[in-house]
Amino acid sequence: MARLMELYRLMARIRAFEEVALVAHAAGELPGYLHPSIGQEAVAAGVCSVLRRDDRITSTHRGHGHALAKGADVRGMMRELFGRAGGACRGKGGSMHIADFSVGMLGANGVVAGGIPIAVGAAQGLRLLGSDSIVACFFGDGAINRGPFLEGLNWAALYRLPVLFVCEDNMVAAFTAARSVTAGPGVVARAESFGVAAESVDGNDVEAVAEAAQRLIACVRRGGGPRLLHARTYRLLGHTSTDEAAWRDPDEVAQAKANDPLVRARDRLLAAGVDGAVLDAVLAEARVEMEAARADALQAPWPEPAEAWEDVQDIGAEPVEQL
Amino acid sequence: MDASLLPPTATVETITLVEATRRAVRQEMRRDPLVWVLGEDVARGGIFGQYRDLVDEFGPERIVSTPISEATIMGAGLGAALVGTRPIIEMRIFDFALCAMDELVNQIAKIRYMFGGQAKPAVVIRAPHGLWRSSAAQHSQSLEAWFAHLPGLVVAVPATPADAAGLLVAAIRSDDPVLFFDPKALFGATGPVPQEIAPLPFGVARHVREGDDLTLVCWSSIVPEGERAAEALEREGIGVDLLDLRTLWPWDEAAVLASAARTRRLLVVHEAVRTGGFGGEIVARVVERLGPGALKAARRIGAPRLPVPFSPPLEEAMRVTEAKIVAAARSLLGA
Repeated sequence: MARLMELYRLMARIRAFEEVALVAHAAGELPGYLHPSIGQEAVAAGVCSVLRRDDRITSTHRGHGHALAKGADVRGMMRELFGRAGGACRGKGGSMHIADFSVGMLGANGVVAGGIPIAVGAAQGLRLLGSDSIVACFFGDGAINRGPFLEGLNWAALYRLPVLFVCEDNMVAAFTAARSVTAGPGVVARAESFGVAAESVDGNDVEAVAEAAQRLIACVRRGGGPRLLHARTYRLLGHTSTDEAAWRDPDEVAQAKANDPLVRARDRLLAAGVDGAVLDAVLAEARVEMEAARADALQAPWPEPAEAWEDVQDIGAEPVEQL
Repeated sequence: MDASLLPPTATVETITLVEATRRAVRQEMRRDPLVWVLGEDVARGGIFGQYRDLVDEFGPERIVSTPISEATIMGAGLGAALVGTRPIIEMRIFDFALCAMDELVNQIAKIRYMFGGQAKPAVVIRAPHGLWRSSAAQHSQSLEAWFAHLPGLVVAVPATPADAAGLLVAAIRSDDPVLFFDPKALFGATGPVPQEIAPLPFGVARHVREGDDLTLVCWSSIVPEGERAAEALEREGIGVDLLDLRTLWPWDEAAVLASAARTRRLLVVHEAVRTGGFGGEIVARVVERLGPGALKAARRIGAPRLPVPFSPPLEEAMRVTEAKIVAAARSLLGA
């Protein structure tokens, strides 16, 4: 039960991070827009909980949960969302490009399936270095219709690379039901057609995700080549912070809310005898942590304008213009 | 004969450009176990022989023949760089790199910036480009200007065996991603190359010949045309100051400015389409820096805005040639 409690805490922190960020966005405190993963926390938490610190992940445009679950610094992340100095990426990337190499988080990605070739190459590089680290590659159900998914599966299988592909199937590709634009039986069959063993799991059951990921990662780390985990979940909010997703079937949304991964983990913990007040405290602590990160980000200075010229390239860097 | 089998006293020999690049790769792979090559058919030597026999020395884990999956060749090279290796990404010919534009333009060129400097993608992308033996529209392009325009990349456009070798060594050692345009038509060109290849700095033009009447700027496959044109013009009493830029980003602005300020006539020649080509950037920069009255005349020569045709007379008609350069130079001198 201690493990489920830790997973619950991690999911609560991811949920609170995004809820606080959405409030801040609505209040005009942070620029741009967000791609919230609310409802999908069990996938990030379950998979990353069984990774080692020196394992790597690649993520998607909906990547806050993956970064947090891999251990990225919360204040650095929040400052990044706010575009402030001290942000994880110095304010250059924002929500869509969170990365924290110190914990093996090789980056969110603004392009669907963009992380897949990077993940297989990272795995190939790790092998060349003689490392036994593995790479977990998160992508959505929309990504399986892009070429890099098919190329990357073939590539990883061909070279028997240490990659766990994680298809975070939230049933929707941006604004379109994924099944309406995907031919055939789906991601598991596509993986199996390349000889990549795959399994489907209830992606809102965080324990089931963690167990499946652990089992598959053990095979991957033993040199068994890539595996694919298909985690069925649901994106409770719209594509972005400005999309209310009002076009969705209200019954489907109501059902999904009842199937919220945090609610389900909570029910299981209550059934196991954990006091509800303890669980409430977990949620409250997560909220406090993230509100503190928001306050920290709000008081943080903006980057100096001249920093826009930094981190482009060493050779042939454009000189800073007089501002 | 394999140049590496020559006695050690022969520290400089004449070899082909393709052999020079092979020597550079072999030297750097011996020096640094983190350097490796991925691309189609590279374990078979590459289609031009750039990697001939290297798999015998370095094995299939470091000379990795890949599926025809350009997006993943490019993206996997990036991923491997992000964990600390130093891949050479072979694109077979440049035109195929167009299948990997997301990985090159959105990922490789941006990743250091987007992530606030957390990662330097130390990759070399080798992209043999340009006209070559009636290869038609999808195997002949020169799009180097696109990439000089793109923040984050270094763009190398060598024209001689020694420069190709030196720039390739520099590219492999660079932490910046380098797009290295092998000049396809010059793979067989010969020139002296040292046994031990030193890195050649980016952004330093080669002063091919000196002259007082006209500054001629070129790069890559057009350099030999420029040299022949300069010789022909000299026979007419026209002195040509000929610069081979060697790299387009960074490019040797100082050398071009100094020459143009002296000759006051500037002719930039490239194989790529003239419209939107890098020649326009050079002329504009010189005018900005020297002032509108500094030059008596300036002109760009490039291909007309046409796809490259197959049939030899059609290809010849649109190609930049010695004769076109000579004619343009004469008209500039009349200005």
